[in-house]
Amino acid sequence: MSIGETIRNSQIWKSVFRHPMPLDRRNRIVVMLTNFFLHLHPVSVKKQGIALSYTWCMGGVTFFLFLVETLTGVLLMFYYRPTLEWAYKDIQDLRDVVSLGVFRELHRWGAHAMVITTWLHMYRVFLTGSYKPPREFNWVVGVILLLLTLLLSFTGYLLPWDQLAIWAITVGSNMARATPFLGHEGPGQQILHVGGIDMITNASDARFALLGARFVGEETLNRFYVLHCVAIPLAVALLLAIHFWRVRKDGGISGPL
Amino acid sequence: MHGSHADFLARIQLGLGFFYLLLAAMNWVAALLLWRDGPKPYFKLGGITVTNVFAWLIVGGLFLIVAPFAMMGSPPEFSESVKHVINELSGPVTLTVGSLVAMAFLFVFRGWWTKPPIAWLLLNFSLLAMGLAVTDANFFEIVGKPDNVPIVGLVYLLGFFTWLATYKAVINDDRMAQGLPPIEKTEDEKVLVWPDLVYTEMICMVAMTALMLVWALALQAPLEEPASSVKTPNPSKAPWYFLGLQEMLVYYDPWYAGVVLPSIVVFGLMAIPFLDFNKAGNGYYTISQRKFSYIVFQIGFFELWIVLIILGTFLRGPNWNFFGPFEYWDAHKVLAQNNVDLSQYFWGGMLGQGMPKAPAGSGPGMEFLYILWRESPGIILTLAYLVLLPPILAATVFRGFFAKMGLIRFMIMSNLLLLMISLPLKMVLRWTVNLKYIISIPEYFLNF
Repeated sequence: MSIGETIRNSQIWKSVFRHPMPLDRRNRIVVMLTNFFLHLHPVSVKKQGIALSYTWCMGGVTFFLFLVETLTGVLLMFYYRPTLEWAYKDIQDLRDVVSLGVFRELHRWGAHAMVITTWLHMYRVFLTGSYKPPREFNWVVGVILLLLTLLLSFTGYLLPWDQLAIWAITVGSNMARATPFLGHEGPGQQILHVGGIDMITNASDARFALLGARFVGEETLNRFYVLHCVAIPLAVALLLAIHFWRVRKDGGISGPL
Repeated sequence: MHGSHADFLARIQLGLGFFYLLLAAMNWVAALLLWRDGPKPYFKLGGITVTNVFAWLIVGGLFLIVAPFAMMGSPPEFSESVKHVINELSGPVTLTVGSLVAMAFLFVFRGWWTKPPIAWLLLNFSLLAMGLAVTDANFFEIVGKPDNVPIVGLVYLLGFFTWLATYKAVINDDRMAQGLPPIEKTEDEKVLVWPDLVYTEMICMVAMTALMLVWALALQAPLEEPASSVKTPNPSKAPWYFLGLQEMLVYYDPWYAGVVLPSIVVFGLMAIPFLDFNKAGNGYYTISQRKFSYIVFQIGFFELWIVLIILGTFLRGPNWNFFGPFEYWDAHKVLAQNNVDLSQYFWGGMLGQGMPKAPAGSGPGMEFLYILWRESPGIILTLAYLVLLPPILAATVFRGFFAKMGLIRFMIMSNLLLLMISLPLKMVLRWTVNLKYIISIPEYFLNF
């Protein structure tokens, strides 16, 4: 009996994989039904639907990049402290001192790539008309995921705390002070006042809520850090689950109905 | 710019040399694949039949000859006069109008340029142009910025996938014109996910991991000086994927360009499946079966998103001034800007009188009425555009749409469409007649 067979016949192996190797038709079906990760997929799909030239695989690549970002992000969090004193220095150390210091590169380029692959995925879905009934709702979920992907990238942009970071965020968040009714330089902000006192000032408007301060500062860094590492990833994870589940429920992967 | 041109060429010679080698290899691999399938004649030249294999061997050979020159620091370059012409031609007007014309051309002649030899030739041309352009230090500095590299990648990826999708759509449309089903409907064979799909997924993951590692090792993530709230960089730019919106700030105030417009874009994207009542084209590539939605999407995606990102990233320099791709980003470039509001045109220019102004000492209500009166031309125009045009459209060009969509869906669709068109409209008005605002009420931060 070879080592491989001994392992596969052991009680431990059998407790994890409850059936023989997926080498024949029966076990190839069983593996899809009994494995937690694989049961995301159905047992069989239309051959045409998984042709690369048809489906481009961009949704899958986007999900893969999300996993890459999660993994490299956790590794970066081991070193990075979101304070004015340490943020920049920690990024410098990640570049110069930390062994295998390629994780920041992987994380940043992965973020750019994820934005691009999300767009390409949506482009393919549009061009094949795959948003049409019965998949309308999943397209809407996809648009929210697009928005969250951009916000993930945007909040992460601030964390290196260099000139590129704070000024990009300053330019981006300056818009918020012009939010209609809720920004202190937005149209209609005068309406919201009580007894002659303005409710919407530069210390209470939409921009202040976003930055946690009047200017991009330590409060902003902390706020964006929490959004970037906890709040938005959780929201994305939830919506991804819904997105994948609805692919199955709304007629499977794209293809002529 | 800094240092001599020869120094700059020496800096990029190795990369550029390999770039041309890559182009040679690319064409030879293509020739090899074509040869495997059996050479086909392309055209006759002086009695000699040139086959597809031979043609791309020659093209690859030409790049191979160029490569050592590039590697030794004397690559082929655009002449100064060509660069000057390109700089002049790539102003915002020609860029946006030109790309619209180009898109119309590509749309009409989609049966021609999607033919693989033509597409391959176009790819070769674009890569050659890239090779010629990077020998300019000003061009290289902007395009070669680590954070801008993804955009170059995005442009080529979009080109490739647009070709692929259009190629498939053209074939399907031809088939359907003959009464045949689209290719996607001819095969309904089912395969097991294990192994057919999971293996593809694994290969994709391995390939992506390799790609990401190579990218990460080759290009260091940017890290500039430590943040300083007193040293404002010029230009200050948002992350690249928001630069289309930042470009919109030139034409609209932040409340619209930065808040309302993005919200409308998101809402409009979400509304697509509920507005597109066309049942055809579900699950296969086609253009002729869904021309309207196709054209609207392509204009929105390419013209109003991608082109504006390219404009904002590569062609907007200090003070958000426009710079040609081969122009030095001079922070002292001064452009005379004398933009005029519509109300100023109306009261001053047309009627030859002063702007209406509330008499001194009048209450806020009176002031408000005078502001409305002052801006009435713009307000009436905007309301007419958004309120009067949809019913006119419903009764004329979109009569069929209106009948199928019903009132609410039609009103939402036509308003989204009109708001979308208003972007290039306002841009053109700015460039041609220096129009600043259609409605200008700085008193309430309400400029439109």
